[in-house]
Amino acid sequence: MRLVRLKAIAVKEMLQIVRDPRSLIIALLMPVMQMFLLGYGMSLDIAHIPLCTFDREVSPLSVELLNRFQASKYFAVTASPSNYRDLTTAIDRGTCDIAIVIPQHFSERLSTGGEASVQAIVDATNNNTATIAIGYTQAVVSGFSAFVQTQFGAGGVAILPPIVVQSRVWFNEDLQSRNFIIPGAVALIMALVGAQLTALTVSREWERGTMELLVSTPVKPMEVMLGKLIPYFVIGLLDAVLCLVLALYWFEVPFRGALLTLMLLTMLFLVVVLGIGYMISVAIRNQLGASQIALLVTMMPTTILSGISFPIDQMPWVVRVITYFVYPRYYVTAVKAIFLKGSGPSDLLVPIAMMSLFAAGIAFFASRAFRKTLD
Amino acid sequence: MFQRMRHILIKEFLEIRRDKWALIRLLIPPILQILVFGYAATFDVWNVPTAVLDLDHTFESRDFLSHVTADGRFHIVLVASNQRQVDQAIDDSDAIIALVIHPGFANLLEKGQTAPLQAVVDGTNSNSALMALGYLGQMAATFSQSYALDRLHRQFGARAKLVEVSLQPRPWFNEELNSRWFFVPGLIGTLTLVSVVNLTAFAIVREREVGTLEQIMVTPIRPSEFILGKTLPAFLIGLIETIIIAAFGVVWFHVPFAGNPLVLLAGTSLFLLSTLGLGLLLSTVCKTQQQAFASTFFVLNPLFILSGFSFPIASMPVFLQWMTYINPLRHYLIVIRGTFLKGVGFDVLWPQMLMMAALATVLLAVAISRFRKSLD
Repeated sequence: MRLVRLKAIAVKEMLQIVRDPRSLIIALLMPVMQMFLLGYGMSLDIAHIPLCTFDREVSPLSVELLNRFQASKYFAVTASPSNYRDLTTAIDRGTCDIAIVIPQHFSERLSTGGEASVQAIVDATNNNTATIAIGYTQAVVSGFSAFVQTQFGAGGVAILPPIVVQSRVWFNEDLQSRNFIIPGAVALIMALVGAQLTALTVSREWERGTMELLVSTPVKPMEVMLGKLIPYFVIGLLDAVLCLVLALYWFEVPFRGALLTLMLLTMLFLVVVLGIGYMISVAIRNQLGASQIALLVTMMPTTILSGISFPIDQMPWVVRVITYFVYPRYYVTAVKAIFLKGSGPSDLLVPIAMMSLFAAGIAFFASRAFRKTLD
Repeated sequence: MFQRMRHILIKEFLEIRRDKWALIRLLIPPILQILVFGYAATFDVWNVPTAVLDLDHTFESRDFLSHVTADGRFHIVLVASNQRQVDQAIDDSDAIIALVIHPGFANLLEKGQTAPLQAVVDGTNSNSALMALGYLGQMAATFSQSYALDRLHRQFGARAKLVEVSLQPRPWFNEELNSRWFFVPGLIGTLTLVSVVNLTAFAIVREREVGTLEQIMVTPIRPSEFILGKTLPAFLIGLIETIIIAAFGVVWFHVPFAGNPLVLLAGTSLFLLSTLGLGLLLSTVCKTQQQAFASTFFVLNPLFILSGFSFPIASMPVFLQWMTYINPLRHYLIVIRGTFLKGVGFDVLWPQMLMMAALATVLLAVAISRFRKSLD
C-alpha cells in the first residue's frame, strides 16, 4: 500500500463530492431534518385517546363516572352517541378508539345488588394502544368503584385496596418514550446515511465507464477502498455529531455516560456502515440494484430488528438469531446504555467486540471483492 | 399515442428481463421481509425477566408471588436475599422488573390495611416498562379483590357482598389483541412503498445519466406518454408485489380478511399511483442516480415512521399530525387495516381514497411538467 496512491484516490473522491454540491447538502441536511421528524414523530406515549360515551341511564352516578373519564388526561371525549348504531359508526370511522357504555338500571343495580358493570368497546386494530387504553380505563373504573363503596358499602367506608403497587422506575424516570427512542433514531439515521454515502461509489464507476481508467492505474484494491471511504468517513462523522448534538441539547435526552466512549463507538459504527455500503457497491455493478440492496439491508431491518422500537427479547428465537446480524443492533444497545445508564467501555464489551468483528470482516471481504478486472 | 406508448412499454419490460437479477431483487426481498418482520414486529410483553425479594416470608407473600407469575407475563430469573442483589440485577439488565415485598406484608393485609408492594422497573424501554407495570397492577388488583372478598366472608359470613363496579373490556376487530393482525397489514403497505418509490426514482434519472434519454427525446414521443410508459410497468410490479405479500399475510400469518377485496384493490391502485408519482417526481428533480438514491432515503424513512405503522399518529405533535395527511402510506394503512380487520367499505374509507387520488394526481402532474421543463 502506498500513501501517495491512497491520497490520489481520496482527493479524486473528494473532488467528486464537492462537484455535486446537491448530494453533499442532502448528506448534511438529511440527518438534521430526520432527527426533527423522528424525534417528534417516534413517540409511543399514549395520551388523549379519543373516547365516546354512551350513557343509557343518565343518572347522577353515571354522570359522575363519565366525568372521571373527561377529567383524565389519558382520554379526550370526542363524541357522545345516543344509540348503538351511531356508536358502531364512530368506532368504524375511527372517531373514537374506545367507547364506554353505561347500561340501563346502572345505579339501581349498584344500590340494590351492590354490583354493576360498564362496558368498554375498544378498537383493537392497534393491539398495543388497545391494551394500554384498557389499563387506563380499568384505573378510572377502579377509582369510581372505591367512591361507590363510600356511598353504598358497609358502614359507608371505602374498603382500602389491599395491595398497592409502588413503582420506582430507573434510568428513564418519567417513562418517556422519547428518551428511549431518540438514541435509537440516531443509530437509524447513521445506518441510512452511511449506506447512502458509499453504496453507489463503485457501481457509479462501472456505469459511467470510468472503471476502465481506474483499472489501468497501478492502484491496489485496499488503496481504492480506503481512499474512497476516508472522505465519507469525515462527512459521516460530521452527521453523527450533528445528530448527537440535537439529541443532547434540543431533545434533552439525559446523558449519563462519557462523551469519549460515545464518540469512539460512533466512529466504530461508522466504519461498519460505510463498509457495508462499499461492499454492496463492489458486489453490484448497476446503481439501481445497489440502491435496492442498500435500502433492503438498512431501513426496515434497522427500524424493526435492532431494538429501536420492538423489544428483541419478545421475538421468536429464529428472528432473534437474525438480529445478531443486524449490525445497528449493537450500536443501539450501546448508545442507549451510555445515554440512560451511563455505561462505560467495560459494560459494553459485547457490542464493542461485535462491531469490531463486523468492521474486520467487512474490510476483509470488501478488499477481496474488489478485483481489478473488467469482466 | 398508444402506438408510441407501447414501444416504451416493450422497452421497459425488455430492460427488466435483461437484468436477470432484477426480478429476483424485486420479488424475493418482500417475501423474506414479511416473514421476518411479521414475527419481529410486536409490542407484546411476555416472560419479563423478574427478580423477587420476599422479606416477609409468609403464606400470603408467597401466594401473591405465585399469583403474579402464574400466567407467564413475568418470569422469575432471580430470587434475591437482599436489596443489593435486586439493584445489581436491574443494573446489569439481568432483570427488567424487581418485586420487593417488605416485612409486615401479611400482617397489614390481615388487619385490612393497605400493604405496599414495591416494584423497581428498568425504564430504558419505556413501552415495555409501561406494559409490565400495567400487568402488575392488574395482577395486584385481582389478587386484592379475591383477598378482600375472602376477608369479608370471614367477617360477615358467606352471603356478604363487595360493592363494586367492574369493567368488561370488549376489544373489537382483534378480540385476542394479537399484534400480528395489526402489523402484518401494515407491512404490506410499507414494503410496497419502499420498492415502488425506489424503482421509479431511478426510472428517468438513469436514462439521463447513461445518456439514453437524448435518444428517446429525438423520437416523436411526448413527455406525458413517456412518463405513462414508465409508470405502467412499475404499477404492475407494485401490484404483483402487494398481492404476493398480502397472500403471505393471509395464508402464513392467518390475518383475517373481513372486507371486500375490490375495495382493497381500489385503495391499492390509488396508493400505487401516488407512490409512483412521488418516485417519478424525485426522478425528474434529480440530476444523478446518486442524488436520486439520497433523496429516496431522505423521503422514505419519514414516510415510513410518520405513517402510523407503529407509532400512533395521535401521539405526535399537532404540526406533524397535519404533515401526515400528505403521506400516502398513512391513508393506505387506514384502508388496508380497515378492509382486513374492520371489514369496512367505501362509505367509511372514501376520505382516504379521495386523498390518495388527489396526491396521485398532483404528484404525477408535477412530475410531467417538471420533466417537460427539464427537456428545454
